[in-house]
Amino acid sequence: MAKIVIMGGGVSGHTSASFLNKWLGKDHEVIVVTPNSQWNWIPSNIWVGVGEMTKEEVVFPLAPVYKKAGIDFRQAKAVSINPEGKDGNDSAFITIEYTDKERAGQSEEVAYDYLINATGPKLNFDATPGLGNGEGQMGEHTVSVCTADHAIHANHELEKCIDRMKAGERQRFLIGTGHGMCTCQGAAFEYIFNIEHKLKDQNVRDMADITYISNESFLGDFGMGGIHFNMGGFAMSSKIFAESLYAERGMDWIIGAHVNKVESGKAHYELLDGSTGEKEFDFAMLIPPFAGVGLKVYGKDGSDITDTIIAPNGFMKVDADYTPKPYEEWKAADWPSTLQNPIYKNMFAVGIAFAPPHIISKPMSSPNGTPINPTPPRTGMPSAMMGKAVAQSIVDMIKNGATEPTHRANMSEMGAACVASAGKGLFTGTAAAMTVYPIVPDFEKYPGVGRDMNGTSGELGLAAHWVKHILHHLFLWKAKLKPGWTLIPE
Amino acid sequence: MAEKHIEHIKPYSPQFGTMIPLGAQKFLRTCVIYQLYRFIAINIKMTVLIVKSHG
Repeated sequence: MAKIVIMGGGVSGHTSASFLNKWLGKDHEVIVVTPNSQWNWIPSNIWVGVGEMTKEEVVFPLAPVYKKAGIDFRQAKAVSINPEGKDGNDSAFITIEYTDKERAGQSEEVAYDYLINATGPKLNFDATPGLGNGEGQMGEHTVSVCTADHAIHANHELEKCIDRMKAGERQRFLIGTGHGMCTCQGAAFEYIFNIEHKLKDQNVRDMADITYISNESFLGDFGMGGIHFNMGGFAMSSKIFAESLYAERGMDWIIGAHVNKVESGKAHYELLDGSTGEKEFDFAMLIPPFAGVGLKVYGKDGSDITDTIIAPNGFMKVDADYTPKPYEEWKAADWPSTLQNPIYKNMFAVGIAFAPPHIISKPMSSPNGTPINPTPPRTGMPSAMMGKAVAQSIVDMIKNGATEPTHRANMSEMGAACVASAGKGLFTGTAAAMTVYPIVPDFEKYPGVGRDMNGTSGELGLAAHWVKHILHHLFLWKAKLKPGWTLIPE
Repeated sequence: MAEKHIEHIKPYSPQFGTMIPLGAQKFLRTCVIYQLYRFIAINIKMTVLIVKSHG
């Protein structure tokens, strides 16, 4: 009997666990270690953040789903990995620390034959003074939509602003990224449109000044170096696409910005040209930068070998080409395919947890040396596809004796669909639907714009909004492992 | 014909340098019949994308 341990129960980890359990059956053991008791469909947190959905509509408890499926669920956080075991014990294991009420703080060693790191990100609020509280949590000056609870808080603050506007007080909104090295611009992008939509709905739009602030060097970079959409017979830059959306709605933007300090009602920032500025706000939703969760790795003798497995940014090294090289020499082939750790072949990393070889956007910094560039997005659809591919490889290793991973999930060979929706009404909402293929541009295969113009598109309208609604229900259905869940693609 | 929704654009502001949809484009975005057609088109695009990505 093989024992597969999955650290993390988000999109990628949950996908891996579900498929491993289905394909391996009762002959093998699948264990999920995740500190959260609930699964969260994070894209819909945006709707919670404007009061269009409740927390209960975007989360569900994992324990009953895993119990029914026969998956061993440990509500705990992974603390360290011993890939070679320890003195007197050759079995690889991880050390976990329980987070549930009954066993909070208790540690346990969990042995594994195969390990999948799907730990996702640490929300690194403290990277920006004032964005965090100094203890690793969100600070008091801004809000976030990164978790369902954050989104509830964001909506409460938004409601207060709306009340003030109704009383005749003008309000300033600042939405975007809270650091020069953030990813997840898409969440800020979607949230600002929902805010604008909500204010229109409440008849207070004329009382609001709305500004987007981002570390992207141009609007529409999205951490992917921009996209060219096949639109109206043109290969049109996402810069024009995004600028058009903001201009149409009368929203300003500050681009190439590293937010370096936040205080009550004010964000300080440095721009790519080295100049500095500050922006006052009454409401600010600033996405924090992501970091690895701080896993430690120990050798058999107890020595700290974290550096050999974990990259400096805290993410796990896999089969990528990590050789430092200039932007002009970056290739699609730098990106990992099997997501297998090169030293420990029974160890994989998926979703946000794997260390990218480099960013996707062109690296930039201010004359003061401050790096200001978005880091690669690797959430949602690509995360799930990575989780499934790794599950398939492990199944082949266990059942068919494969010595190497048999499945690939390379971000330079896979596409992604993104739907950013505003509002929730079936006939009053609107959305932008974007497809991009591949996620990481391949300038050798697709010279010029780096992407397949037959697979990269963008458009606005009710149709995209309906797609967003359907995706919400389909993915929650799939995550709950309800009948037919395997028919719903990642 | 006056296009009310572009009147907030100021000359030489950042918003001045991009494209703004006019009435017909905005109408199509919320025209249910046209959007039903686009709904099918988007689903086909996404299906092709998924198939290519899993391939």
